[in-house]
Amino acid sequence: MVGTIKFENVKKTFISMDGEEVNALSGVDLEIEQGDFVCLIGPSGCGKSTMLRLLAGLDKPTEGTIYLDEKKVTKPDCDRGLVFQDPNLFPWLTIYDNIAFGLKVRKLFRSRRDDVKEYMELVGLKGFERSYPHQLSGGMCQRASLARALIGHPSALLLDEPLGALDAFTRMNMQDELLRIKKEKNMTMIMVTHDVDEAVYLADKVVVMTPRPAKIEQVLDVKLSQPRDRNNPEFIRLRSEILRILDFAGKEQEPEYNI
Amino acid sequence: MKILRPLLLILSFAAAEAVAFAVPDSPLHQPAKHPYFAILLIAVTVIYFIAAVAGYLTKKKKEEIIEEPLFYRAPFLAGVILFLNLLNIFTVKTAIFPVLYFPSLDRVFGTLAEDRELILKCIAFSMGILVKGVLGGLIVGFFMGLAVGFSKKAAYWINPIIRILGPIPSTAWIPILLVVFSQARSASTFIIGISVWFPTVVLTSSGISNVKNSYFEVSSTLGAAPIHKIFRIGVPAAMPSIFLGLFNGICGSFVALMTAEMIGAKYGIGWYVNWQKEMMAYSNVYAGLIVIAVLFYIIITLLFKVRDRVLGWQKGVIKW
Repeated sequence: MVGTIKFENVKKTFISMDGEEVNALSGVDLEIEQGDFVCLIGPSGCGKSTMLRLLAGLDKPTEGTIYLDEKKVTKPDCDRGLVFQDPNLFPWLTIYDNIAFGLKVRKLFRSRRDDVKEYMELVGLKGFERSYPHQLSGGMCQRASLARALIGHPSALLLDEPLGALDAFTRMNMQDELLRIKKEKNMTMIMVTHDVDEAVYLADKVVVMTPRPAKIEQVLDVKLSQPRDRNNPEFIRLRSEILRILDFAGKEQEPEYNI
Repeated sequence: MKILRPLLLILSFAAAEAVAFAVPDSPLHQPAKHPYFAILLIAVTVIYFIAAVAGYLTKKKKEEIIEEPLFYRAPFLAGVILFLNLLNIFTVKTAIFPVLYFPSLDRVFGTLAEDRELILKCIAFSMGILVKGVLGGLIVGFFMGLAVGFSKKAAYWINPIIRILGPIPSTAWIPILLVVFSQARSASTFIIGISVWFPTVVLTSSGISNVKNSYFEVSSTLGAAPIHKIFRIGVPAAMPSIFLGLFNGICGSFVALMTAEMIGAKYGIGWYVNWQKEMMAYSNVYAGLIVIAVLFYIIITLLFKVRDRVLGWQKGVIKW
């Protein structure tokens, strides 16, 4: 089985513009099993995006190690697909070529040409092969960006607030879409989000994080079966529980602005 | 009323032909061999109407015909003919303009026909050094720009050189180049190369450094190697900027070409104009200027055609 992830005492410090040391992540331990849907949630500055970037290999941890299937993560590679809040489609390529990009640079396009159509269908973009990104809506671009990440068969899919810029309806629609894709491909998914409702709706595990110092406060298992009902008492209980943890952490915090 | 547009053209055309044939030429003007102006006018108008009729017959929806470029252009063409008609009146018909500097239109157009062998030779010569110089400057500028855009080390060593040498007007190099190169032709090519190199290298490197970093990040999570990041992400993303540099460079190269041909050239369209001016043969000077205008118009139009193809994915860029 592939797709198990382990964070071992991972720390990350940046040097800010004023030369000060900023703790972006202080000592995180986390184990994620194959096929888990994990949501990282917390206010800005809690290190959730940093965790994802470290796991993607875009940044290097100052201390500690991250393992993917027992292998140390050192640099970005196609075994970890990444989707940002901004779809970041390449505007000079058609939707088809955007999705085929990974196959082309890895010289797999000849042998797996038919996969491009298959993944376009998977995300519901059939018929938009020749369109350019600027001709598509935000939701459709995000679908294309999802297909682009999925086509390389990553062991884990990393999602950095992928639905953050979408309107409420598109967003709920895309949440169900993500669950469907996850079920079909059975891969590990790790998603950063601000939205407590979204986290409880999607995740098998919700990792609640708090800032100053940026760390994991608590990991909650969501034992509800899919599809989930947002009005289920357990759903509501979990949501309040997360909000309580976040609020508790918030009270010790300095306000960001003083009037 | 739009349908009356071609009528304007016919009126303007008839007036010009009437003046050309019915009004006697001033004796102060040297006579031309043939009535070139009148002939050219007939040719242009006939071609226009043939094209318009052909367009009308092949068009499916007849109502749209007045939106056709040909109909749309009719008033403009009528205006041009009116302008030429007035010029014809002020020069050869009345000699109101100084005769020496304002030759008759017949003689200007006549030069294009009668002196065509030398003019073609000059065009070939100019195009030869222009193509070599532009390609050279473009290739060096492009790869240098890539190096500066992608490598900090290259930027450290090359950037100061670009900043110091780049702004020097390319023609200011002439005294040095005449010493370095044994042939005037090579020196001219080099001047054109420099004038294209500078804007290309600056806009390529700045184009590369303005590419969104997340494009590179996404590509690396998709398995792209450094070579892919340069040629599949960096270059296409910077292409609008690179084309802007090339456009500036090519416009600059026209100036450079004209100046370069004044240093010991034996042919060339810039040399032709300059030489004819010294001979006080102003009809040849105007003919040369017409050739230059048409030539450069074609080059810039081709460049924009290529750009529209390459940058078809972009919205709202400079139109030509």
